[in-house]
Amino acid sequence: MKIDKKTVEYIANLARLALTEKEKESFTGQLDKILNYIDKLNALDTSNIEPTFHAVPLKNVFRDDEVKPSLTQERALAMAPEKDRNYFKVPRIIE
Amino acid sequence: MELNELACHELHEKLAKKEITSMDIVKAVEKQIAATEKNIHAYITIFDDMEEQARKIVDKLTSGQVDKESLLWGIPVAIKDNICMDGRRTTAGSKILHNFIPPYDATVIEKLKNAGVIFIGKTNMDEFAFGSSTETSNFGPTINPSREGRVPGGSSGGSAAAVAADEAILSLGSDTGGSIRQPASLCGVVGMKPTYGRVSRYGLIAFGSSLDQIGPFSRDVTDCAILLNALSGYDSRDSTSVNRPVPDYTKALTKNIRGVKIGIPKEYFIEGINAEVKKAVERAIETLKKLGAEVVEISLPHTEYAVATYYIVATAEASSNLARYDGVKYGHRKEGTSIVDMYGKTRADGFGKEAKRRIMLGTYALSAGYYDAYYLKANKVRTLIRQDFEKVFAKVDVIITPTSPTPAFKIGEKLDDPLKMYLSDIFTISANLAGIPGISIPCGLTKNDLPIGLQILGKHFDEEGILRVAYAYEQISKRGFYGL
Repeated sequence: MKIDKKTVEYIANLARLALTEKEKESFTGQLDKILNYIDKLNALDTSNIEPTFHAVPLKNVFRDDEVKPSLTQERALAMAPEKDRNYFKVPRIIE
Repeated sequence: MELNELACHELHEKLAKKEITSMDIVKAVEKQIAATEKNIHAYITIFDDMEEQARKIVDKLTSGQVDKESLLWGIPVAIKDNICMDGRRTTAGSKILHNFIPPYDATVIEKLKNAGVIFIGKTNMDEFAFGSSTETSNFGPTINPSREGRVPGGSSGGSAAAVAADEAILSLGSDTGGSIRQPASLCGVVGMKPTYGRVSRYGLIAFGSSLDQIGPFSRDVTDCAILLNALSGYDSRDSTSVNRPVPDYTKALTKNIRGVKIGIPKEYFIEGINAEVKKAVERAIETLKKLGAEVVEISLPHTEYAVATYYIVATAEASSNLARYDGVKYGHRKEGTSIVDMYGKTRADGFGKEAKRRIMLGTYALSAGYYDAYYLKANKVRTLIRQDFEKVFAKVDVIITPTSPTPAFKIGEKLDDPLKMYLSDIFTISANLAGIPGISIPCGLTKNDLPIGLQILGKHFDEEGILRVAYAYEQISKRGFYGL
């Protein structure tokens, strides 16, 4: 077993997912099964292989630092679940 | 034939000769939607201003707002619901974005506006494109127009079904591991994933940023080339889009494939592939041979590692991309006692089962202590998969495989077995890992009348090569003969 319930709880916290007990249980089994399948990659020796993070290699894509049209504050805030004047509003952060 | 059943290039001819108007096409599409949409559910949102768009189109042509050379003006097009449109609800099939109205257009939408298309609506999809059946949509599944009770494939199942059910002339999808090609195959239409970097991803709701690519669905290969012309090109707002000239893809449609070298990878004709699919694809290969192509057996030895590689790379990227859905800036929020509590509850309530599963898997693969074992390892194997293609493309022009190992499966059949669902992408995901283009075109029907798709893969930026072979084959298949 690679994945136990404790690992699922640890990962769920990192991912900010408040899982139910039932979800924790089903993910434990499913993630374990998927990771066991993924272990087949270990059959390959990749010690001298460079990783491919992007299929089309591009380096240092720059553009000129010009001011271009962008969202107004009003439009950027328009979809906020909660706002206060020109701010996104969230529950208290500092106790 | 009704207007909504015709291809874009046929409709354009009639529009240009003024035999019909855009309004006539729109009315035919609306009539079809009214008749069939309740059984198909291809759309999440259907726009109520299609007729208004059609009324304005002639003025826009006259005033130069729409490109006069466009072959797409006045043509109704459906858009996958993970492509942002200014002022139009865009949900990515998720509850967490059920109320999201983007304040801007994706680059492909700007391009289609400039080309003068009529936007029909936003199509159904697996939540955040996580799936191969369109069953994980928060808005309910799409049904395959070929047969009741079957999935349309996914994740762009709505876009494929809309074209197959004549509820759209063309549509846009996105393909991260086969999400255009596999539903095209299962619904019996043409679908293409362009080379990574060919089409701007700006405004596409990100899933796996190193794999995602927007592409066209159409009734035939000519329409595929026409729509690809309109979508392609460099965009400074997508730093991974590639700055190289866009050819006229319709020029590749020459019918002549004499001397074209086609590679058949032995690893793709494995046990477990449906016998009727295998037979249909082999028949198509024989046909291409008779048309003058040279067919050789090739080997892509790392094929069996592609699914495992993909489900680490894609979920790792997805878990990072989905971190932005936090109930603060837009979308769904569930109140909590603290900010962390609010994040956890919002995301638990807003994401569906498959999204959570992938976020968990991706977070695990990127977490401290496991990064090297999973994410780095998978990206090294990705190099081996990419090199397999490089070696083969030194010898052949295109590669031909089945698009999907099976025809459309039953609704519910694979939903509770994620690994089984993931394996339905077995023939399509390597192209995303390597960044190469691929197309799926219809190549027959099973005895139960379920469509079968032929996949043609090409070299980086050689969409012309695959269109050429696809078009030559289509000259035979469109007459109802799937083989010579």
